[in-house]
Amino acid sequence: MAKTDIKLTINGEEVEATVEPRMLLIYLLREHLGLTGAHIGCETSHCGACTVDLDGKSVKSCTVFAVQASGGEVMTVEGLANGAELHPLQAGFAEEHGLQCGFCTPGMLMRTYRLLEDNPNPSEDEIRVGISGNICRCTGYQNIVKAVRHAMRELGHKEATE
Amino acid sequence: MIPANFDYHRPASVDEAVGLIEQYGDDGAILAGGHSLIPMMKLRFATPGHLIDLKALDELRGIEDTGADIRIGAMTTQAELRASAVAAEACPILAETVDVIADPQVRNMGTLGGNVANGDPGNDMPAVMMALGAIYVLRGPGGERETPANGFYKGIFDTERAANELLVAIRVPKPPAGHGYAYKKLKRKVGDYATAAAAVILALEGGACSHAAIALTNVGPTALNAGDAAKSLIGTSVDGEAQARAAELAMEICDPVSDMHGPVEYRRNMAGVMTYRAIAEALGRAKGG
Amino acid sequence: MSETTAPAAERELGLEGVGCERRRKEDARFIQGKGNYVDDIKLAGTVFGDFVRSPCAHGRIKSIDAEKAKALPGVLAVLTAEDLKPLNLHWMPTLAGDVQAVLADGKVHFQNQEVAFVIAEDRYICADAIQLVEVDYEELPVIVDPKVAMAPDAPVIREDVEGKDTVGQGPRKHANHIFTWEVGDKAATDEAFAGADVTAREEITYQRVHPAPLETCGCVASMDAVSGQLTVYGTFQAPHVVRTVVSLIAGLPEHKIRIIAPDIGGGFGNKVGPYPGYVCAIVGTIVLGRPVKWVESRLDNISTTSFARDYHMTGEIAADRDGKIKALRVQVLADHGAFNTHAQPSKWPAGMFSIVTGSYDIPAAHVVVDGVYTNKAPGGVAYRCSFRVTEASYLIERMIDVLASKLKMDPAELRLKNFIQPSQFPYNSVLGWEYDSGDYPTALNKVMEAVDYRGLRKEQAEKRAKGELMGIGIATFTEIVGAGPSRNCDILGIGMFDSCEIRIHPTGTAIARFGTKSTGQGHETTYAQIIASEIGIPSDDITIEEGDTDTAPYGLGTYGSRSTPVAGAAAAQAARKIRAKAQKIAAHMLEVGEDDLEWEVDRFRVKGLPEKMATMKEIAMAAYGNVPAGMEHGLESVDYYDPPNFTFPFGAYICVVDVDRFTGEVAVRRFYALDDCGTRINPMIIEGQIHGGLTEALAIAMGQELLFDDIGNVLGASFLDYFMPTAVETPHWETDFTVTPSPHHPIGAKGVGESPNVGGVSALSNAVIDAFAHLGVTHMPMPHTPWRVWQKANELGIDR
Repeated sequence: MAKTDIKLTINGEEVEATVEPRMLLIYLLREHLGLTGAHIGCETSHCGACTVDLDGKSVKSCTVFAVQASGGEVMTVEGLANGAELHPLQAGFAEEHGLQCGFCTPGMLMRTYRLLEDNPNPSEDEIRVGISGNICRCTGYQNIVKAVRHAMRELGHKEATE
Repeated sequence: MIPANFDYHRPASVDEAVGLIEQYGDDGAILAGGHSLIPMMKLRFATPGHLIDLKALDELRGIEDTGADIRIGAMTTQAELRASAVAAEACPILAETVDVIADPQVRNMGTLGGNVANGDPGNDMPAVMMALGAIYVLRGPGGERETPANGFYKGIFDTERAANELLVAIRVPKPPAGHGYAYKKLKRKVGDYATAAAAVILALEGGACSHAAIALTNVGPTALNAGDAAKSLIGTSVDGEAQARAAELAMEICDPVSDMHGPVEYRRNMAGVMTYRAIAEALGRAKGG
Repeated sequence: MSETTAPAAERELGLEGVGCERRRKEDARFIQGKGNYVDDIKLAGTVFGDFVRSPCAHGRIKSIDAEKAKALPGVLAVLTAEDLKPLNLHWMPTLAGDVQAVLADGKVHFQNQEVAFVIAEDRYICADAIQLVEVDYEELPVIVDPKVAMAPDAPVIREDVEGKDTVGQGPRKHANHIFTWEVGDKAATDEAFAGADVTAREEITYQRVHPAPLETCGCVASMDAVSGQLTVYGTFQAPHVVRTVVSLIAGLPEHKIRIIAPDIGGGFGNKVGPYPGYVCAIVGTIVLGRPVKWVESRLDNISTTSFARDYHMTGEIAADRDGKIKALRVQVLADHGAFNTHAQPSKWPAGMFSIVTGSYDIPAAHVVVDGVYTNKAPGGVAYRCSFRVTEASYLIERMIDVLASKLKMDPAELRLKNFIQPSQFPYNSVLGWEYDSGDYPTALNKVMEAVDYRGLRKEQAEKRAKGELMGIGIATFTEIVGAGPSRNCDILGIGMFDSCEIRIHPTGTAIARFGTKSTGQGHETTYAQIIASEIGIPSDDITIEEGDTDTAPYGLGTYGSRSTPVAGAAAAQAARKIRAKAQKIAAHMLEVGEDDLEWEVDRFRVKGLPEKMATMKEIAMAAYGNVPAGMEHGLESVDYYDPPNFTFPFGAYICVVDVDRFTGEVAVRRFYALDDCGTRINPMIIEGQIHGGLTEALAIAMGQELLFDDIGNVLGASFLDYFMPTAVETPHWETDFTVTPSPHHPIGAKGVGESPNVGGVSALSNAVIDAFAHLGVTHMPMPHTPWRVWQKANELGIDR
């Protein structure tokens, strides 16, 4: 089986690699690029721990081959902060106790990042639906919702009225 | 879980894709969104030697109003379909259905073509396409042909699509203006396949039902067209009695399996409940509710 | 105002000690993707191992042909039981006195059992090679039902222990029997039943579930051939226990073993026990001299590493006409799967199940638990609860409702009538526990008022008149956590103390190390708060470390809500030793007698001369340069805390559900949880624990279940079928608290992480069943999936 050359942008940097076509995007990130923020939780595209941004959309990187992402633009949790300055979502998760074991957190952050990019003022229901592809076993989601609202305030968005 | 290895192809044209499909035959698999295929490959239930990725085929994307129909490219993702003003205007049941398929991330990758073409009875769009009377446009080495959604599904993962054909588009005839619609899906949680689901399209003329179509998801080896149930509504005011009768008729054609969603009896009954509720909701919408 | 002149109250706030909603120290790395979980560890030269697993649940292995696999380029080894035999590692002892096959030795006993371990250069080659190992099985009759296991002519599951009188936990009475555990006074209980006005009986099964933390189990084992040092990074809730077990079973000297638990992505009991994957990775690194990584898939996790529950219980309760409970009788058939690998204190085959009399003053009780083998995966861990406490709590909370129904009495009223009263503490239960403290009536009354219980019952009556189904569920549970006093509790002979070591640096900051291991509970934050309050060093100036057996003092680990009750107590005690030495140094510095000093937040003051003082910061420096004659330099302490008793957290929960009688769907309209965990160290973290535990309770009560077909195939071992609620299915939780400190704990704390699971399952289940109570229903099996609820509605003819 032939290896395939791929070229993509990851967190703003161009990356070239030669990979087996069966290599999943999550393994390219974790094992070849050392970006271990995204995790593997279920392997069947249900838990969302592997969520990254691909071409401006949230995707589950355990169910995307790296070759499929070739030519695309990937953003991971490692690219979320602006240098030393945390993204308001990162600050919000810490401030509102939106994480416990931390395993789902990178996926949650990347998902909620895209959620707020697409809809800056989601209602609580919209936040819950928005993160429904991400499973958290620790928090019961309540503080994750609060964390997103915290970030909305930080980002200067008007909080949606309930 | 690691898939077996394969060679990757990203054809630049539909003709090239069709050529590759023809060339590799049973050893090739078409990759659209991949969210059905890749999990199967990770479990090694599927071990294609060649993956033909349709990603680069922009001509397979997009939603177009062609007058009588809306034409949806097979590679249009569920999320793109959800966001389409054209689809929302002419055929709002599509957005309603997208919202109960999988989850946001999966809808960003999953395509309409993949959902309707792979023949999985758990997929939601086949029943909706049946209820809408959609036409599938297939391209093979000999050119294009059209085949209706009703009749396309022959069994589990078994469809009218020939091994060397590619689904390129779905033509959805616009339902009558002011029609009522609903897709009611009972599921255990977000991301689940239906325990049972029902798609209903109906229209009223002078208070009587002039058009009705009903199709069911995941209560048989394929999506099921509940033709008798739909017919039973025609000419009625779609009152509670008519709704219940249609639900009974829909239940009669079900042939579900017992699985983690519940035993056969439950799933058959839920097909009835979903049909009943979908008709009621569609009626409300047809009346301008 | 400077830190030395600020008022005491202000300085106290500045410490961020006990009671502070301090933000978590560990979050900085997790929110930046810099957590370090086991699969993130990348040692040079790492190779990958994974299992060939059995497709059949019971069978003889006729042959294993690994030649094709070994011939695949990049495959380094294929281990089978035959390869482990010379090392005597093909079987390993379990924490419960049984043995467990590391790799199947001639026979497989459950589906997906480990048969061979393939090691290859990368995970891709490894996966390909696993496909090439050919195993031939002769299938044997399968037992998945524990009731069938005890039939006279049942096939023998464990031929390796056939004929043995015991497998570590008392006499056996059948080839598939593991133990009988009996507690209580049978004669007194029988007598109370014979004389009772009212008795009720119910068969109550707590289904087999799996903790399924989001991170699966795994390890990286690395042997340094030169030094002979074995380092194992892994998902270990109890690193020191793992070190001792590895030493005992692998015959390696314990000082040559270093166990490191890096960040752990949730445990919930799943990461307590030793698994074959750890052993095989260790053997692999010893044989190959390269680091070997093994990480479970989700399918492997749910189908093979420790499950929880699977308790088949019969409860009987006796009372007088007025509802005063006279006696409780419980029989349990406990399905332990193919090997008895349950993780409990060694002498407690049914854990702390004898907490089954709950929050009620019950004068007589008798309990018998029989453990049996089946062709299912081994385990029996405490999934977010103390050992078998959730099973016990579910039994009594259900039986109270069953009795209430029989008496036609309101279940809240029946509870209030039978509560152990505040004046009765410390309370000696009839099954042998001394409850440390509690105030149950206050808790329940507070919750009833908060939710307007009477109003809810009125609304329910109105709904029932209209044919609608609304349920109100109550749980007033008492837990027993913090295992435990070494007189009661040990693991392999090691007492279940826990430990803390504190070192104060010359400049007045500190490091503290523990024998526990956080799996998300926030130890790095809360332990520092305990120490801060005790010795006046700000939390932010205290580094907390756990999880490295080379540096941490010996501890028994984190499970059964024991970290706060045991290690938290050790932290306070170790800190007090520091303060005692600091007092001596301060006396020397201030040239007064020790008794002339009084402690104030972060300093010693001379009594009567408040301007004469030595701050902890000043004392720290003095400890390294200006100590009294005869005193050792330095300011350090270690405490090994053997708790005098367990702690007994409690709570009162009320849950309101609406049931769709046409589909069987249950909507949780309201859930109000009041918890009393004694002294509250960090209310923010407590509330987070409650939210998470309630969500796991929802998962268990409403959907989680490991089902098997007749031939032992495990059904639904993925996140598609195994119910993991998303944010959409999870309701909004309301929390509340009372504070009844533990009298024997140094700071009065009791532990909280597991209460919401213990009480939550009962409250949810009681609510669903209560929705049908007016129709004569007293029990419905968990989980309350839509189809099961619908079946009841259908049976009652109310689904149309």
